Amino acid sequence: MFNLRAGGQGLSRMAPVLLLWLAVSLSGTLAVDRGNFKTCDQSAFCKRQRALKPGESPYRALLETMELTNTRLTLQLINDNNKVHLLLELYRLQGNITRVKINELKPLKPRYEVPDVLIREPPTEPLSLLSQDENGVVLSLGAESQRVIVSARPFRLDIMEGRDVLMSLNSRGLLAFEHLRMRKDTQADPEAEKKEDTDPANQAETAKEEEEKVEDGMWEETFKSHSDGKPNGPSAISLDFSLPGVEHVYGIPEHADTLRLKTTDSGDPYRLYNLDVFQYELYNPMALYGAVPVMLAHNAHRTTGIFWLNAAETWVDISSNTAGKTVFGKMLDYVQGSSETPQTDVRWISESGIIDVFIMLGPTPKDIFSQYASLTGTQSFPPLSALAYHQCRWNYNDQEDVQTVDAGFDEHDIPYDFIWLDIEHTDGKRYFTWDPHKFATPKEMLQGLVDKKRKMVAIVDPHIKVDSNYKIHNEIRSRGYYIKNKDGGDYEGWCWPGSAGYPDFTRADMRAWWASMFAYDQYEGSMENLYTWNDMNEPSVFNGPEVTMHKDAMHGAWEHRDVHNLYGFYVQMATAEGLIQRSGGVERPFVLTRAFFAGSQRYGAVWTGDNAAEWDHLKISIPMCLSLGLVGISFCGADVGGFFKSPSTELLVRWYQTGAYQPFFRAHAHLDTPRREPWLFGPENTALIREVVRQRYTLLPYWYQQFYHAHQTGQPVMRPLWVEYPQDPATFALDDEFLIGRDLLVHPVTEEGARGVTAYLPGKDEVWFDVHTFQKHNGAQNLYIPVTMSSIPVFQRGGSIIPRKLRVRRSSTCMEHDPYTLYVALNPQRTAEGELYIDDGHTFNYEKKEFIHRSLSFAKNILSSANLAPEAQFSTRSWIERIVILGASKPSKVTLKTAGGQESQLEFEFDASMSVLTLRKPGMNAGVDWTVTLQ
Amino acid sequence: NYLLLLLLLSVGVSAVEIQRPRGVPLSKRQFYEEGKPFTCLDGTRTIPFDRVNDDYCDCHDGSDEPGTAACPNGSFHCTNAGFRPAFIPSSRINDGICDCCDTTDEYNSGATCQNTCRELGRKEKESLQKMAEIAKEGFLLKQQIIQEAKRGLEDKKAKLADVQTSKKDLEDRVEALRIVKETAEQPEKEAKERHLKAWEEEKAVIRMEKDKARMAEVFLELDDDADDFISVAELLSHSELDPDSDGSFTEAEAQGLLGGVDKVDTVAFESVWNNIKEKYISEANADTPAPVETPQEEMREPEEEEEDEEDEDDDPDEADYKVSPLKKKDDDNEGTMPPYDQQTQTLIDSAQKARNEFDEAERALREVDDQIRNLEKEISFDFGPNAEFAYLYSQCYELSTSEYIYRLCPFNRVSQKPKYGGSETNLGTWGKWAGPEDNVYAMMKYEHGTGCWQGPNRSTMVKLTCGKETVVTSTSEPSRCEYLMEFISPAVCQEPPSLDFGAHEHEEL
Repeated sequence: MFNLRAGGQGLSRMAPVLLLWLAVSLSGTLAVDRGNFKTCDQSAFCKRQRALKPGESPYRALLETMELTNTRLTLQLINDNNKVHLLLELYRLQGNITRVKINELKPLKPRYEVPDVLIREPPTEPLSLLSQDENGVVLSLGAESQRVIVSARPFRLDIMEGRDVLMSLNSRGLLAFEHLRMRKDTQADPEAEKKEDTDPANQAETAKEEEEKVEDGMWEETFKSHSDGKPNGPSAISLDFSLPGVEHVYGIPEHADTLRLKTTDSGDPYRLYNLDVFQYELYNPMALYGAVPVMLAHNAHRTTGIFWLNAAETWVDISSNTAGKTVFGKMLDYVQGSSETPQTDVRWISESGIIDVFIMLGPTPKDIFSQYASLTGTQSFPPLSALAYHQCRWNYNDQEDVQTVDAGFDEHDIPYDFIWLDIEHTDGKRYFTWDPHKFATPKEMLQGLVDKKRKMVAIVDPHIKVDSNYKIHNEIRSRGYYIKNKDGGDYEGWCWPGSAGYPDFTRADMRAWWASMFAYDQYEGSMENLYTWNDMNEPSVFNGPEVTMHKDAMHGAWEHRDVHNLYGFYVQMATAEGLIQRSGGVERPFVLTRAFFAGSQRYGAVWTGDNAAEWDHLKISIPMCLSLGLVGISFCGADVGGFFKSPSTELLVRWYQTGAYQPFFRAHAHLDTPRREPWLFGPENTALIREVVRQRYTLLPYWYQQFYHAHQTGQPVMRPLWVEYPQDPATFALDDEFLIGRDLLVHPVTEEGARGVTAYLPGKDEVWFDVHTFQKHNGAQNLYIPVTMSSIPVFQRGGSIIPRKLRVRRSSTCMEHDPYTLYVALNPQRTAEGELYIDDGHTFNYEKKEFIHRSLSFAKNILSSANLAPEAQFSTRSWIERIVILGASKPSKVTLKTAGGQESQLEFEFDASMSVLTLRKPGMNAGVDWTVTLQ
Repeated sequence: NYLLLLLLLSVGVSAVEIQRPRGVPLSKRQFYEEGKPFTCLDGTRTIPFDRVNDDYCDCHDGSDEPGTAACPNGSFHCTNAGFRPAFIPSSRINDGICDCCDTTDEYNSGATCQNTCRELGRKEKESLQKMAEIAKEGFLLKQQIIQEAKRGLEDKKAKLADVQTSKKDLEDRVEALRIVKETAEQPEKEAKERHLKAWEEEKAVIRMEKDKARMAEVFLELDDDADDFISVAELLSHSELDPDSDGSFTEAEAQGLLGGVDKVDTVAFESVWNNIKEKYISEANADTPAPVETPQEEMREPEEEEEDEEDEDDDPDEADYKVSPLKKKDDDNEGTMPPYDQQTQTLIDSAQKARNEFDEAERALREVDDQIRNLEKEISFDFGPNAEFAYLYSQCYELSTSEYIYRLCPFNRVSQKPKYGGSETNLGTWGKWAGPEDNVYAMMKYEHGTGCWQGPNRSTMVKLTCGKETVVTSTSEPSRCEYLMEFISPAVCQEPPSLDFGAHEHEEL
């Protein structure tokens, strides 16, 4: 949340000095002030690196230095211009991943290598040498005739399968590695100079190098009155990747842009640098709150991925040889046979650290997800209630307000699980405290929610008020846990509380201490139904460069420059750990974060930050969450209704309808906007919102099952269509519709005044059933769907079985023991498959095999439930109350057979107009074996 | 599937058994006849009776499952003996949360609910009694208030009539005085003009004499050789006289100025003087620079503070002060106008007297107009059906919270002032009665208060409830810059109905 306001009662409470700062630094603009954020040209290393154009690489592989062990290959590279030696390490990792690491052979001091993001040291597989000569080396990557060719002069890597090049590195010669050096004007290196002087062949290059050395921004840089002292000098790295045959690339969130990444030749590269962007603009490559340096490349034959493990400021350039061509031009190429292979070229540039890149070779999208999950882990398995509806506002004023809103949901019979408190709940923005007047008895308030089986989230931001009467601050200061400024003092910046310190979350001891602060006896007023929200963890520093921390601030031996994009990741990690520990390791945590990095999926949910109540912001929520899902972060949502500004009633309703079908479903609103609880817009709109929230609740079993899968496998919950239909080019750029799992297709209405939408239903031999009318539609078509305000176009795939709980109650927890209705949608072959996953919904006991996991399948007119996890033990009171078979024909008799061998006839109804067969009250327990036979 | 209701009446002597499906209110009992097919209450289908409350939803309207959570739109009836019966959504049956005070909604969830109906009934009875007492007293007060308002209204109407009469007299007086004034002003004006004209003529004579004296002086100054003639050469020493100001004052040009001759005597110089006097610079002054103007700083000094500046703008003396240096010069040369002669002064004095008397009368008339407007406004103001809110007019009520003092001046404005310094914020000025259609006097709306940054203007809703006193009981800001104030007053008390607390306990039995 970011806001500047001077109205209401708040103004008079703000510290006068903060007011002064506000007045000086923000003179009343509303949209994003682009001038506050750097372009590539304003970021010295990006400008420097981007000035290098494709050409012959100065790097050469010194094959004689090659060492091949069972687990890795190493060899040295030399830059012929400056004679600096690099060390290349090449690993073949389990699961069809190649890791390429490049560092200086002998750096002046160690360069930063990102810790804690990989879940373990990735297990390797042997590399074998296929051939070697003076030009290069060929290594086998094991599977499917895959090999990697290391070319010596100039250095490049090509990964091949058969005769196809899958990916080439440094093929455009853009490998660059700014070696650490002594500052020339302070201390020269006589050795090096002498060497260069005595080598006449190198004089031209020497001159060139000298030229480089005088470039601006190498040893210090200023941006808008902020100066960045760079004691380590230039340290940027860069590498290019060529992707032959690829026209579609995805990923590298977070950007407010289309799902399919655009070429960047005509503008700035996509930027990855976690920033608190006030009122961000859409459809541009500017950096936002989080960064996941993972890109997916896809064509109809193969999906590959690049994971660039670097936490410094990073820019990604994308170009394509087909980008400028029209469809007609491409056709002409095809007809004339003159076409060169389409190719996408990508280039990564980072400010510091080393090159450590994981090349995931697929070949399917699912393989990519598994490969990436094997490196950084999977989505944490949230408590079931976290998948339900969240009601948030900046701010619910006091305990009475919370109680009134809670009662409002009951009065209007709308379910909800979580009510949220933003920063105003604290005592003067001191996190872990409560405002003594407005929230005088938090436990009483929380108990009131417990009584309704509901929960609360309270915000805990990482900036800590500098105040000697504040326990948290005193502890952090006395333990020396604050990030230091370049002079060694505690770094201080302006944030909500005024002057604030920033704990160094990169320290394991700091994180352990932070986690311990969530213990019930430390965090006064907390209870087991209180969960946590980490905002402002980019980190946001109101008076810092680009509203974040100075890059020369120090985290122990490392500069903030090296670790910036990791900060939010660590904050959420420590917080989630705290929530686990307070329950003695029993309960699953729920933590929402705004900033994130690769691996953040392991710690909770993310949201797309401070969006606005505008139709385009509703639309962009889809590609933004799809992009996050592709890189492992499934638990994503956007503020329903839009954070800034006030939505029209139509927009609010449409946003609820969209948000109800996105993973993290939370309404939120800015302090200065009028109230917008669901019942404030007239009975008709209350009914529309009630209906869609209820739809969400009926589908909770399916959502929960999807998250279980995501947790087990790393597959995204909310998926672009191409992930399930990788050979259908019509799906490659779709980002106005999406799949939940593989069985539900959602095309939300995101246009104002829409009378209809056109949804693409994929799958040549597939059918899709409208979940509201049960009407059947064929796949591989663009379907026009007329819509009214109550319409949410959602389709169930023929061939799937989806469990729902149709008894919607006050909260998800109240539905725990309720019975299931199974929706069996038959495909043209009259078969269907699905699953049912049940556990206690909130503990880690599922790790101890306390769950039910059943496969449901329909074939040959028999629907059966079989145990997918015979070793697991769990019992449920839930039963099967109804089975709805879509696309069925009318049977004469329906027989249920349960494990004991008992048989009974089931009553049924058949709707001939829609071919829907409804089996009445079969009644068997959801956890047992059974078959239902249609005759 | 049956609920056996064993209800003990408060009298405690007899027990009554009532059989009906769980969750069905007594009023609908006849639709659920045991053993007979049940027709959904919407008439859409008929099902065997054993499907009523069998935990499966057969009716679209949910009427077959009044006692289970099977239907999404069902409702469950709690008898709540000892308290008020109620309907709850059937989704709240067996959800582990106690909703009915008689615990009947949680018959199979494991939730341990206490029957709290009697306690609730007792409390409700107490609070109803208390409220009734308040309402009763409040209503009595209201009657007084209404009587007072009536009297007040009559007083005001009478006063209005009085004032309107006096207004008529005043208007006549103003007209009469206007004529007196105008009659007195005409001779005053003429006499003043005469006096001024005489003064102007006198000034012209003085100016001419001064000019002549200066000419003579200049002649002497120019006549360097004292031969009583001004020659071309003598003129040439004054380069400022160069007619084309081209930097060179030639002899030909000088001769031209002298009228084409080489020299002129005092008489001929008269016509030359007219051509050169504008440019001529006295030799006595030539070396000393022109007097420096009043330093700017001095002029600006009073502008230091914004508020002062505003005051100055309204101050007519300031203008005089600023131009005075120039005026002064003229006055030095020409002297001040002589005082009016006795006759003129007498005319002026009598005209001034007439003016003052007229102004005073006019002011009195304006005051009366204001008085009439205010009285009319108050008389025609919507103070409720019986003017019961009239007593709030021109009163103010305050509520002090931990941070602010809120002030409600009914029919005028609402404001907020920080307790510990800071300026007052307007939370809205009187807008309208804003209660629901059937009770429009239950709510007041104050609007167009101080604007919020990036938001609306502040506004306040004042909710009125019945009480013995007139007092603001609470304020809140439910939405940004939209305030809610609770205000109690006898004026909203309704006539209490005759009370019968026992009634609802029996209605189900």
